[in-house]
Amino acid sequence: MAGAGGGSNDVQWCFSQVKGAIDDDVAEADIISTVEFNHSGELLATGDKGGRVVIFQQEIENKSQPQCRSEYNVYSTFQSHEPEFDYLKSLEIEEKINKIRWLPQKNAAQFLLSTNDKTIKLWKISERDKRPEGYNLKEEDGRYIDPNTVTALRVPVFRPMDLMVEASPRRVFANAHTYHINSISINSDHETYLSADDLRINLWHQEITDRSFNIVDIKPANMEELTEVITAAEFHPHQCNTFVYSSSKGTIRLCDMRESALCDKYSKLFEEPEDPSNRSFFSEIISSISDVKFSHNGRYMMTRDYLSVKIWDLNMENRPVETYQVHEYLRSKLCSLYENDCIFDKFECCWNGNDSVVMTGSYNNFFRMFDRGQRRDMTLEASRESSKPRQVLKPRKVCAGGKRKKDEISVDSLDFNKKILHTAWHPQDNIIAVATTNNLYIFQDKVN
Amino acid sequence: MDVSAEAKRIMAVSISKLYASRTQRGGMRLHRCLLLSVVMRSARDLYHSACLAKEREELGTAQPVPVTATEEKGEAMDTTTSGDQVDMSRVETEPEPSLTPTLTEEIQTSSDPESTQGPPKPAKISGKNTVEDKENRSPVSPDRHSRKRRGKASVAPDFLPSKRARLSLELGEERAIRTGQRNCCRSGDSLITMSLNSNRAIAAF
Repeated sequence: MAGAGGGSNDVQWCFSQVKGAIDDDVAEADIISTVEFNHSGELLATGDKGGRVVIFQQEIENKSQPQCRSEYNVYSTFQSHEPEFDYLKSLEIEEKINKIRWLPQKNAAQFLLSTNDKTIKLWKISERDKRPEGYNLKEEDGRYIDPNTVTALRVPVFRPMDLMVEASPRRVFANAHTYHINSISINSDHETYLSADDLRINLWHQEITDRSFNIVDIKPANMEELTEVITAAEFHPHQCNTFVYSSSKGTIRLCDMRESALCDKYSKLFEEPEDPSNRSFFSEIISSISDVKFSHNGRYMMTRDYLSVKIWDLNMENRPVETYQVHEYLRSKLCSLYENDCIFDKFECCWNGNDSVVMTGSYNNFFRMFDRGQRRDMTLEASRESSKPRQVLKPRKVCAGGKRKKDEISVDSLDFNKKILHTAWHPQDNIIAVATTNNLYIFQDKVN
Repeated sequence: MDVSAEAKRIMAVSISKLYASRTQRGGMRLHRCLLLSVVMRSARDLYHSACLAKEREELGTAQPVPVTATEEKGEAMDTTTSGDQVDMSRVETEPEPSLTPTLTEEIQTSSDPESTQGPPKPAKISGKNTVEDKENRSPVSPDRHSRKRRGKASVAPDFLPSKRARLSLELGEERAIRTGQRNCCRSGDSLITMSLNSNRAIAAF
């Protein structure tokens, strides 16, 4: 349903900016693999397949006006991870950044955790806008002065300089994961964080790199008996003892670290019984959860599987409280999607600042928003054609079958190479970042 | 039969994806391999059910039909009796699966994922072997209890990528899949062998 026009609650989304190369020939290293706003929303980080992190900073045009346009410009770019080689297993370790998570800001510097398949790094991003001048034994260009020529002494002073943003790796957390890391999550205690791979979850202290505690281990004694893997994990936003992890079988387990050191026994198991009428070859694949996110208020969590988004009340385990179909028209195409590998795509999802709307991506560069309160959903597109400054995005519609109306797109015309896997929502404002294959689109609500 | 052809096709697609994942950058992904093996298992189960139903139609009896004969017709690289017997017996005892003409419609496979997993039951397997297999044993059945390699001609069906298959047999158990991870250093002779128990796909992780 269209969300454009109407009452004051309706948000009209407008194009704001697009980052990245324009040409259609996409270099694999430029493929965006993660997007994350920091806690204030001032900074927006992206990671790509080439192991680079690009941070954008919001520059507000006119801070005095309440409704003003803001732009995100490049703040810092650095190479976070490099390709590595595991000599023991003869395996290459990809440099692709799987996740970025910002630490809450404690001082002038910003800190973030970035991870590839095997190694997590803590990066410090700091600004330098002054430099010392007036050394006694050194020239401005660095050459040393002969001490014998010095006749008077002076105290060096700090003088302003052009802003320089430096990124430096402060900690490297390595060699703790046998399988591929899929999640990192920072604890609300501001001291610890977890990292999850296919079979294990480890708890780290942010300061300590040479050891971590294993808190979940679902590896069976006999690997032939393996039936499910961990697909995502996250700490509760307020309760530092609580975290959840999702599985490839569509279940979510909530664990309490106070119960035991090894949280193999869950406190709660969230699982919806399968609808037998929907059973097919691919039922298990499409029930695999690709992302789990707590709501900001900590009362709900959202899970994304291949076809739907589900909202769970933490107090009710037997079924979700809300289910939203993202692209149900794909259910009859699962066989083709299996053959072209699209069925393995891992879509992420996100909440808006006040937990009233959720968003997730789809194919054909479409992304979907579900307004929980108003029970409305919207499909929008991130495309170069709708990229004129402040252009209002027109809601899109996919025609599942039958007669195609004007402006509708038929399922067979969808471009499955254009997928939106990563989206992020500003923690306070209606500003969203949507990643297509190699471009980052920023949309804002319409400023009157 | 459309269903069994579709199931066979999906099995072939799954196997080729498993092959391809061995060479992908970053190593084999456990999650992906698990999902592929789940689909392969479902397809295999459906294929067996379809063949069984067809055999029943043809024979006009309700007796359990040993699967090895049908297996070697169109099955993928390996054909074990033991694993099949376990599965077929499960098919027997559970309600008749309702097979629909096309896979995209509702399909109920008789064996749900949980029941096909868990450790194999050696006693049951060997029992089934001796009772039912005598008539339809494969010609190389004495070799089933040894680790001898099989020739290519007897195991490579046409719809699968032509790779040299190495089959290793264990007493009373199914063959194991060796995925690339363990054998990547010996790339010349390490290949995937398909197992009827698709859990073996991830045994090497």
